[in-house]
Amino acid sequence: MSAYSTERILPVQAMSSAATAPPSVDKVDGFSRKSVRKAKQKRAQSSSQFRSQDKPIELVQLPLLKDVSAQEQPELFLKKLQQCCTLFDFMDTLSDLKMKEYKRSTLNELVDYVTVSRGYLTEQTYPEVVKMVSCNIFRTLPPSDSNEFDPEEDEPTLEASWPHLQLVYEFFIRFLESQEFQPSIAKKYIDQKFVLQLLELFDSEDPRERDCLKTVLHRIYGKFLGLRAFIRKQINNIFLGFVYETEHFNGVAELLEILGSIINGFALPLKAEHKQFLVKVLLPLHSARSLSLFHAQLAYCIVQFLEKDPTLTEPVIRGLLKFWPKTCSQKEVMFLGELEEILDVIEPTQFVKIQEPLFKQISRCVSSPHFQVAERALYYWNNEYIMSLIEENSSVILPIMFASLYRISKEHWNPAISALIYNVLKAFMEMNSALFDDLAATYKSDRQREKKKEKEREDLWRKLEELELRRGIQNSDGIIPT
Amino acid sequence: SAGSCHSVSSSGMAGADGDDSLYPIAVLIDELRNEDVQLRLNSIKKLSTIALALGVERTRTELLPFLTDTIYDEDEVLLALAEQLGNFTMLVGGPEYVHCLLPPLESLATVEETVVRDKAVESLRKISHEHSPVDLEVHFEPLVKRLASGDWFTSRTSACGLFSVCYPRVSSTVKAEIRQHFRNLCSDDTPMVRRAAASKLGEFAKVLELEYVKSDIISLFTALASDEQDSVRLLAVEACVSIATLLPQEDLETLVMPTLRQAAEDKSWRVRYMVADKFSELQKAVGPEITKNDLVPAFQNLLKDCEAEVRAAAANKVKEFCENLPEDSRETIIMTHILPCVKELVSDTNQHVKSALASVIMGLSTILGKDNTIEHLLPLFLAQLKDECPEVRLNIISNLDCVNEVIGIRQLSQSLLPAIVELAEDAKWRVRLAIIEYMPLLAGQLGVEFFDEKLNSLCMAWLVDHVYAIREAATCNLTKLVEKFGAEWAQNTIVPKVLGMANDPNYLHRMTTLFCINALSEACGQEITTKHMLPVVLKMSNDQVANVRFNVAKSLQKIGPVLDSNCLQTEVKPVLEKLAADQDIDVKYFAQEAISVLALA
Repeated sequence: MSAYSTERILPVQAMSSAATAPPSVDKVDGFSRKSVRKAKQKRAQSSSQFRSQDKPIELVQLPLLKDVSAQEQPELFLKKLQQCCTLFDFMDTLSDLKMKEYKRSTLNELVDYVTVSRGYLTEQTYPEVVKMVSCNIFRTLPPSDSNEFDPEEDEPTLEASWPHLQLVYEFFIRFLESQEFQPSIAKKYIDQKFVLQLLELFDSEDPRERDCLKTVLHRIYGKFLGLRAFIRKQINNIFLGFVYETEHFNGVAELLEILGSIINGFALPLKAEHKQFLVKVLLPLHSARSLSLFHAQLAYCIVQFLEKDPTLTEPVIRGLLKFWPKTCSQKEVMFLGELEEILDVIEPTQFVKIQEPLFKQISRCVSSPHFQVAERALYYWNNEYIMSLIEENSSVILPIMFASLYRISKEHWNPAISALIYNVLKAFMEMNSALFDDLAATYKSDRQREKKKEKEREDLWRKLEELELRRGIQNSDGIIPT
Repeated sequence: SAGSCHSVSSSGMAGADGDDSLYPIAVLIDELRNEDVQLRLNSIKKLSTIALALGVERTRTELLPFLTDTIYDEDEVLLALAEQLGNFTMLVGGPEYVHCLLPPLESLATVEETVVRDKAVESLRKISHEHSPVDLEVHFEPLVKRLASGDWFTSRTSACGLFSVCYPRVSSTVKAEIRQHFRNLCSDDTPMVRRAAASKLGEFAKVLELEYVKSDIISLFTALASDEQDSVRLLAVEACVSIATLLPQEDLETLVMPTLRQAAEDKSWRVRYMVADKFSELQKAVGPEITKNDLVPAFQNLLKDCEAEVRAAAANKVKEFCENLPEDSRETIIMTHILPCVKELVSDTNQHVKSALASVIMGLSTILGKDNTIEHLLPLFLAQLKDECPEVRLNIISNLDCVNEVIGIRQLSQSLLPAIVELAEDAKWRVRLAIIEYMPLLAGQLGVEFFDEKLNSLCMAWLVDHVYAIREAATCNLTKLVEKFGAEWAQNTIVPKVLGMANDPNYLHRMTTLFCINALSEACGQEITTKHMLPVVLKMSNDQVANVRFNVAKSLQKIGPVLDSNCLQTEVKPVLEKLAADQDIDVKYFAQEAISVLALA
């Protein structure tokens, strides 16, 4: 990984000289390495907001709000909102400079105005505000620059029109947070369609925009009770599409963060809808390739659920075991981390229900040839609460763990792991020395029994195959196509 | 052998000389339940063997119920199961009993994981054909209805893929129900389901009676094409091709074109991209008149789209679109409407757009003929040959044969050469590799004289490239050149240079000599091999680097068949024997191998 990234940031001079240098014939070292990666030519900014427009844009300069009388302000406010519906082409850095600056300062003025003014929010202002915000923020997001945008490796493409967009978001947040804001009027305009478009924007590659959206959606969820179920359902759809269809959505972490605070507020007992969300949406999110980008937020949501309702522990842990990573060690380490967070809050009665499958998996992790996985699993034995649970149930857990610990204690390539395993074995010995001695004594014969079973299985299958062949010949008239 | 089977099954089976009761199902099911996923997976993959051992009746009464009940497993196991069941008809007793397979497949069609679900649907589609019309109505169609009205989106998504397979073979009452279910799913409130329905719209339209295509499908098509989610709208574009093909020409204008026009100007680039991507199919589906009036301007807009993705997709279709234009107006349309856009694309800001264009632009010359090519296209080819992006140049060079047929490659050689030289030295080895692969083609078209003068030195320089893949490709390239230009040419131009490298201080280059000899000996023939190549190989057996020495052994094994037996005995054998006694273990190994292969022991 480090070699890869150093290649990426090669300085420009080094590259151009390598590219033009003739193949060095006199160099005797046959293994000179000259693979050079051309620095990625990045279009750092992008915007789909603008459809070509030939004429330059002219806006009439309006007086400042503070310069007109209180009676005239509402009308001027509306006029300014209408002016701000005009969109500019930010990919062309030279066009309409003066007007872009005018819109920027107008937006700034509007932000200040909604923050400090009183009595400005008349009923006819609502549709105009929503219209201005919609005009500016709702757009088809541009295609991602790289085919396979890897959020861990690639720089995000930033939104070119951010100088205006940022102010629009800020204005909207201040508007929603304003003391005069009345959801009962606003709900006519901030409706399901509005929310749907807002949620689509969470796919924006620009982290600044996603951050603003997070605040906006949080405020809307807080103030519009009638939209809550709808918002939750649409987030479900986004996650399900992400997991089962596209594997691509930039705003998963932000949406999970909002959900974290939503779950916190769920009333007890939990509704079936919420439990379904946990099992059918949140748990499958663990299977995503890009888990590392939102794992912290996801684990937080899961633990929130378990703190609300401990009886969900068993389905959650079974779900994690189902989605346990098969090949990605980094993800395995994350799973182990999340599992420890869960074990930290688990109730002993729940622990007993799940201990067997759980420790079968932990036993596999402990004997992982990837030392970070083994190490992360072995750290559980430093956790006092987990240790106490293991101790209470040592008669069940020790037989599950013993074989791999015993084997690995002799074979693991990494000395640090061997040392950790030694400590774990010692802990087990102190916990339940009689059982420990028994297991050590029968270790060899158990392995032999396993080998014998293995051979029996092979025999069974060999005979089944012979049978299949024989039948295949008998039925060569084609009744059974084998 | 039946007797020995008893020792396998734990409970002794009496008189099991027959087949059906050979193994107790418990033993087999134990295998399917094994704790180790890999073993479980292996067992599932051999499910047909288990079924065979059980016989058809017990497969139906014992195995299938077990499978239906224990659907909760790792997705990988479920995927294998879903696949197996699609081929199970004979194992349950033939078409008469095929409906026994429906319950486990129905459960599999509702699981979360997409690949499992898709496989279950695929298997269901497969076995649907094995149902009699009666069974289809009694067993299959109710399953489709259950899935279509399932609670969770997965079952409704799966249902979308099953309508078209049962529709043609059921009664008209059931047909009406199926149409109603499909309509419902097209307006489902879960976008996943609407996407599934939209993606099956074309397929479903094909099995419907024309009157229902006009009444039902068109309204669904129009609704899906204006869905709030662009991921749904773009799937409607795909369906548009099938639908337009089904309708008589006179209905297209009113039923399809308004929606298609709207899609070509959709505010989402993904939808416009889809239109561009499907443009040739759309063009064929709507016919020449609509193409002239509607598609030509739409295509121009796509070529000028503000998103590069859309322009690239459209650029890819330029040749096909032009080819399929009605013959009477083809040239005029290309010259007045398409070519101006193409000219702009040559200097597009986005390299993918230029590269897409470069991969098809040469094809226009056959359509436009010699004069137009020279006057209008040649400047574009030349501009693209000088493009800053190597992929663009490569795409032009890789399609040279199209132009060669029309105007001859000589017209291009002036610009071609610098382009080739630059690509030959590109910093990316994959680019160098790509140009090497076109060398034999270029050599054939440019002729031996031009080649010797301009390109030969490049071919030799690649032999000492610092990337192995390039040296390897360069070696292979030499063989192809010799096949083209003959042994005499080889002896005069390339053999001396290849053999000269045997004295290079870099052992990798010395090895390249050996690799070239391996590749060339057959094409050059016995005389050149014996007289010129063999002495060099033999001399290299004294090389101080072991890798060179064992490659000498390998080379001798390779060129041995070209040499006569006298030469093998007197010259090759002693050297191989010497190498067989080398202190390096690999040299010994390959020398001994060569001795035995050449039968010199």
